[in-house]
Amino acid sequence: MCGFADSSWKEISGPFTWTFGSCYLYTKRMGFLPALHRLLPCCSNTTDLILPNGGTPAGTASPASSSSLLNRLQLDDDMDGETRDLFVTVDDPKKHVCTMETYITYRITTKSTRVEFDLPEYSVRRRYQDFDWLRNKLEESQPTHLIPPLPEKFVVKGVVDRFSEEFVETRRKALDKFLKRITDHPVLSFNEHFNVFLTAKDLNAHKKQGMALLTRVGESVKHVAGGYKLRNRPLEFAAIGEYLDTFALKLGTIDRIAQRIIKEEIEYLVELREYGPVYSTWSALEAELAEPLEGVSACIGNCSTALEELTDDMTEDFLPVLREYILYSDSMKSVLKKRDQVQAEYEAKLEAVALRKEERPKVPADVEKCQDRMECFNADLKADMERWQNNKRQDFRQLLMGMADKNIQYYEKCLLAWESIIPLLQEKQEAK
Amino acid sequence: MEQAAPDPERLLQPAPLEPLSHPDAGLESMVGEETKGARDEGPGDGTMTENNFSLKKIEISVSEAEKRTGRNAMNMQETYTAYLIETRSVEHSDGQSVLTDSLWRRYSEFELLRNYLLVYYPHIVVPPLPEKRAEFVWHKLSADNMDPDFVERRRIGLENFLLRVASHPILCRDKIFYLFLTQEGNWKETVNETGFQLKRVADRLYGVYKVHGNYGRVFSEWSAIEKEMGDGLQSAGHHMDVYAASIDDILEDEEHYADQLKEYLFYAEALRAVCRKHELTQYDLETAAQDLAAKKQQCEELATGTVRTFSLKGMTTKLFGQETPEQREARIKMLEEQIKEGEQQLKSKNLEGREFVKNAWADIERFKEQKNHDLKEALISYAVMQISMCKKGIQVWTNAKECFSKM
Repeated sequence: MCGFADSSWKEISGPFTWTFGSCYLYTKRMGFLPALHRLLPCCSNTTDLILPNGGTPAGTASPASSSSLLNRLQLDDDMDGETRDLFVTVDDPKKHVCTMETYITYRITTKSTRVEFDLPEYSVRRRYQDFDWLRNKLEESQPTHLIPPLPEKFVVKGVVDRFSEEFVETRRKALDKFLKRITDHPVLSFNEHFNVFLTAKDLNAHKKQGMALLTRVGESVKHVAGGYKLRNRPLEFAAIGEYLDTFALKLGTIDRIAQRIIKEEIEYLVELREYGPVYSTWSALEAELAEPLEGVSACIGNCSTALEELTDDMTEDFLPVLREYILYSDSMKSVLKKRDQVQAEYEAKLEAVALRKEERPKVPADVEKCQDRMECFNADLKADMERWQNNKRQDFRQLLMGMADKNIQYYEKCLLAWESIIPLLQEKQEAK
Repeated sequence: MEQAAPDPERLLQPAPLEPLSHPDAGLESMVGEETKGARDEGPGDGTMTENNFSLKKIEISVSEAEKRTGRNAMNMQETYTAYLIETRSVEHSDGQSVLTDSLWRRYSEFELLRNYLLVYYPHIVVPPLPEKRAEFVWHKLSADNMDPDFVERRRIGLENFLLRVASHPILCRDKIFYLFLTQEGNWKETVNETGFQLKRVADRLYGVYKVHGNYGRVFSEWSAIEKEMGDGLQSAGHHMDVYAASIDDILEDEEHYADQLKEYLFYAEALRAVCRKHELTQYDLETAAQDLAAKKQQCEELATGTVRTFSLKGMTTKLFGQETPEQREARIKMLEEQIKEGEQQLKSKNLEGREFVKNAWADIERFKEQKNHDLKEALISYAVMQISMCKKGIQVWTNAKECFSKM
């Protein structure tokens, strides 16, 4: 068996963290199957990964056992329902009132059969700060991956009540989505910070401790002096950069349209709420027509209620998800920038070497490391981008179908109300 | 509806406040119909409208007058005076009174109420209103309806009117009278308001539909950068355009309904015209009766020789000498002829009046039936229109949903 679990693996892979990129790098070095474009298994059997020179692999070991990790690789890259072995839920918000501050915590329930978890089930309480911490840690430790966005941190006090039921519920849904996206990610879900977040009784103690084992790739990215231009950005990244620009623009427009629609609907609702009672007043002045008019008044009242439900749903469910995707594409762009920087660094180094006149034009080790870093990044990011595209498609499909559904339900409620008063209107007055 | 023939003499007397000796059964049942058909409105239990003023003691006062400006039916600015009507219920136990209702009414609304009472209770002498115009104002040169003295006299007159109606055993039970005291906004204004509010609602709905059209454009633009999602987005966008365009037809139908409501308001005008006619006939009758009474008096005086009333003839006789018995006889004969003529005229006028009331009443009843029928039809077609709008909405969004599902 390969000694992946062995801590001396740290040495070989250099300042990398364990990623599939590393796996790719390793297999390339070892002459195994070429580039890991998607998260396909690089080997069919864990035993293949015995190091030929007998040395032990170095590099940062993740708490996840690499063997089990590679086992995962043999399956489909996307963990679907049948093979899922990690379930995380966010629910049960509670308000905490302390002397210094008031805040909300959420219950995080984890169920897993993974060996990385000592227990099959965990239940912990976390507040927004903790989620923020987790995201920062993930960005630090997995810089070549796209980290899902969090709902916005700050809310304008006085405009939004951050303890209102609607706000808390909207936030809870977003936090749940955040964790589920990480859970679905084949690399991020094994991150040790994630594990700690899900399991530790006292997260603050862990925060203070810090995970000194991991070094940040970010640190090693040196500032490239003097606006160095990329030679050739790989097509796929150029394409997705352009795509994201337009995508974010369109989402912004849709957000504005949706907000405008809600505003118009609310104004319509205000008028409806005045319109219905007029029929009631009129009904009081009539004899034979009293019941029909009262019926119309009640009917309009029902339609008003249905409309209110529609606007509430759109505000609570539609808008936040839309905004989340705008944040998501923003964070995607910053990861792309980082990738560009890594490539820039590599190319700068390469150029520096070319300029130097040396007897043996051998590529120095640090330049090679740079190249590896870049290629790792490219592979990870490409995989994440594809995953992102798929998820985006599903998420929007669901979101827009949901919007259509809510409108259908609204019209169905109104239809029912109006159909039910037709018999009342047609009723013949009893002979007096 | 059978009406007991009223004694012509009775018509001559100033508003008697005692009830009719045998109230017409038909009259009462009609009253009952009016109050039974409508729902019992207002605070307290449902029987309140029936028993309101006869069992519980009610205090009504027109306590204040206020100058107001507003817009009339021609949408022109006008100034008028509004009067505050306060209703208090008196608790039997301690005699304390509690303010139950207060609202502002202007003279024309009092007129409307009186006209309504005149028509619906043709058999009852409805208390009079104070004069409409300031024809004679002490120590002022011109007739001014805003003159404070006039306003004050009017205020008292209006209060008396309400108190008299409230103390009449039949009129006090009238639902419209009750609403006049308690419910802001009369019938005509209410129907008018329905039309106005409908317009406001329609404007807002227009906005909602039209903004959806923007989805069409942005979905189209978005679909251009998408691979698999493109088609679904594009076709969904098309449905959003259809949705936005559909509002134009819907609002056309709503306008038709608003027109039907307006037509309905003409009923009020028709009612008013009938009331005016009735008032004129009443006035005519009263003048003829007074005339007759004066002549009878004169005749009596001449016959008995006593002079009780001032007459020009009497004065000149006193000053310039008595007339001869032959002259007197001649005059008496002439007067007797005139009295006979007058009595006949009065009889026929009376018949005319009653005939008019009967026909007008029948006409109004018929018109009422028609109006109720027409309005019901209008409401039904309004509901049908709403149903059609909902179905269209369901159709469009179902189509859009299907497009989204193919994304």
